[in-house]
Amino acid sequence: MTDVAIETSQLGKSYTLGVKGAGYGTLREAIVEKAQRPFGRGRREKKSSDLLWALKDLSLTIHSGEVVGLIGHNGAGKSTLLKILSRITEPSTGYADVTGRVGSLLEVGTGFHPELTGRENIFLNGAILGMRRAEIRTRFDEIVEFAEMERFLDTPVKRYSSGMSVRLAFAVAAHLEPEILLVDEVLAVGDASFQRKSLGKMNEVAKEGRTVVFVSHNLAIIQALCTRGILLERGEVKADAPILEAIDSYLRTLESAASDDLLERTDRDSRGYDETLVRRLEIHDASGGHPNVVVAGRPATIAVDVTEPLPTMECQLTIVNSLGQPVCTFDSEMNAPVDVRENEPGTRLECRIESLPLLPGRYRIDVIVKAKRHIQDGLQAAALFDVEPGTVGDRPMAAEAEGDVVLAHSWRLPA
Amino acid sequence: MVSTMETLAPDERGPAAPAPQPETLRLQPTRGFSRVLAPRELWRYRDLAGQIALRDITVRYRQTALGGAWAVLQPIGFMVVFSLIFGNVAGLSSNGLPYPLFSLAALVPWTFFSTALLLGSDSLVSNSALVSKIYFPRIFMPAGVIVAGFVDLAISFVILMIIVFAWGFVPSVAILTVPLLVVIAAAAALGTTAALSAINVRYRDVRYVVPFAIQMWLFITPVVYPSSQIDEPWRTLSAINPMVGVVEGFRWATLGTGNAPWDLIGISALAAVVFLFAGLAYFDRTERAFADFV
Repeated sequence: MTDVAIETSQLGKSYTLGVKGAGYGTLREAIVEKAQRPFGRGRREKKSSDLLWALKDLSLTIHSGEVVGLIGHNGAGKSTLLKILSRITEPSTGYADVTGRVGSLLEVGTGFHPELTGRENIFLNGAILGMRRAEIRTRFDEIVEFAEMERFLDTPVKRYSSGMSVRLAFAVAAHLEPEILLVDEVLAVGDASFQRKSLGKMNEVAKEGRTVVFVSHNLAIIQALCTRGILLERGEVKADAPILEAIDSYLRTLESAASDDLLERTDRDSRGYDETLVRRLEIHDASGGHPNVVVAGRPATIAVDVTEPLPTMECQLTIVNSLGQPVCTFDSEMNAPVDVRENEPGTRLECRIESLPLLPGRYRIDVIVKAKRHIQDGLQAAALFDVEPGTVGDRPMAAEAEGDVVLAHSWRLPA
Repeated sequence: MVSTMETLAPDERGPAAPAPQPETLRLQPTRGFSRVLAPRELWRYRDLAGQIALRDITVRYRQTALGGAWAVLQPIGFMVVFSLIFGNVAGLSSNGLPYPLFSLAALVPWTFFSTALLLGSDSLVSNSALVSKIYFPRIFMPAGVIVAGFVDLAISFVILMIIVFAWGFVPSVAILTVPLLVVIAAAAALGTTAALSAINVRYRDVRYVVPFAIQMWLFITPVVYPSSQIDEPWRTLSAINPMVGVVEGFRWATLGTGNAPWDLIGISALAAVVFLFAGLAYFDRTERAFADFV
């Protein structure tokens, strides 16, 4: 049985470009505009140059029972597609035919009200996710059991730890039984054992023959759950293939993106104020040599060059492995006595690492630059680098080491 | 590298039972009126409507020391202040009624209306996390606020009646018109908040305008003075403000005195219908873009 669950035809979504950081205008602007063109019908005719196409000419068919991963850079249109499919926003062109009940797994706690108790929130959140009241009642015990929180049912959610809210939110959503499930970056939450449980639940959902469309930056999760991958780039389908192939294409686009001039990248962090932009990011081994090739266990320096010297800049770097899982974060806002704040303004930020504790392989660096208490700019995969085998703490590394990191250590062993 | 991602135990429940043939929904650009006035859509989401109203009722006074008493304190507080200032100092006419009763009978529906405007106009923006993350008929947000307001209204109405009896007044059968008056007030409130909440999504100016506008509206409504003070034809014309008919109607219905202001109630009822449909129409036309702006 290969019924079609989702079919889109030339689906497109455009946004009118406005002043950055101001998604909504003021009434004064609208009144002034109206006064200037009293006979104009509504808003000024949109010039095509004012339009940003978040999605363009997207024609896809997803059969029921398929588990599809949507991958791509920030701003590639993944979330926009999910928003259209879940009816949150309308497409600007084309159409999508959706057959069956659609459910969305939401960001944690969306729809939770902090003043309401766990019990009240289960009903509220269930209704928000499209469950009938009777349905929630019959599954109530199951939900509570899954979330492991019988004792806290009558406690307001605001007193929950973030882990507890996550568990409860996921438990409600996981017991939703839609024919089509849309999941946007939600599984990377909770502690390890709950994550495993959530993944198991997702797997179960996939095996039940329901259609799942999945967005995540965590390629490992995507790879584990999905059979088909759709790579979006600037609103268009770049690749539509079995999941491994799609992930490969994505990793190749990351590479080419990192080698380009960073100022030409369009997938910048949408929260950025853009007063200063990341121009270049490189990691250097202490011995010099090629940038972006470093030897494990040796000192390394990550250098970030920005366009404008703003006062009190801060920087956050995240090293991410080739499957999209973060390995570690360096955050200058968490300052330490060893940090140096120069007296002169400048455009270079440097992070020194005493001994690079990474296993050989390919990694990328995501960067966020802040100044004036705002995020100024952010880029994923601002650089890709290769780690070559070395010694950590005078110890060569095991050939088949698992994980991403290797730490200096010593043993005490019997004779 | 990904040891935690191994395949997990398969489901023991087996595949779900075959569901009835699901319907296909076409999502495409729409024009004109589409959603609010689509009763099927509202019916489909009726459980959510109930939950949102319940949430608004529950949350309103949770973790307030006085809880539901606030529903009463606000109109009573205004009654005391108004009686002192407008009744005693300014000596405004109250058609021969005790000024406290005269003003409280008006303040009860007025408080319902003004609270609905204040909270309702912000309802889409303060629920932006939901609006931008999930689909549901958006009208539930302002409507939920108004439904929650009925609870406050009921409480303050009971207090009003206790005071009326304590003062030695006995309401006539006219009291049976109270539900009608409440419907007029609710319709006017829903139309106004629908429009205001929709504008608020685009222009946050609304947040600053509403508290100010509510105060202005209080003074063009005969709350502190009787509408009999206004010369004709302005008295009759003023009833295009739906709260004029509601407020004068409430006085007549609860205090059991004076002539039935059917002219005012009639005009106000018509005006409320216009408010309701104009507000809903505006809401409906702008609803499709809420998630893009909120």
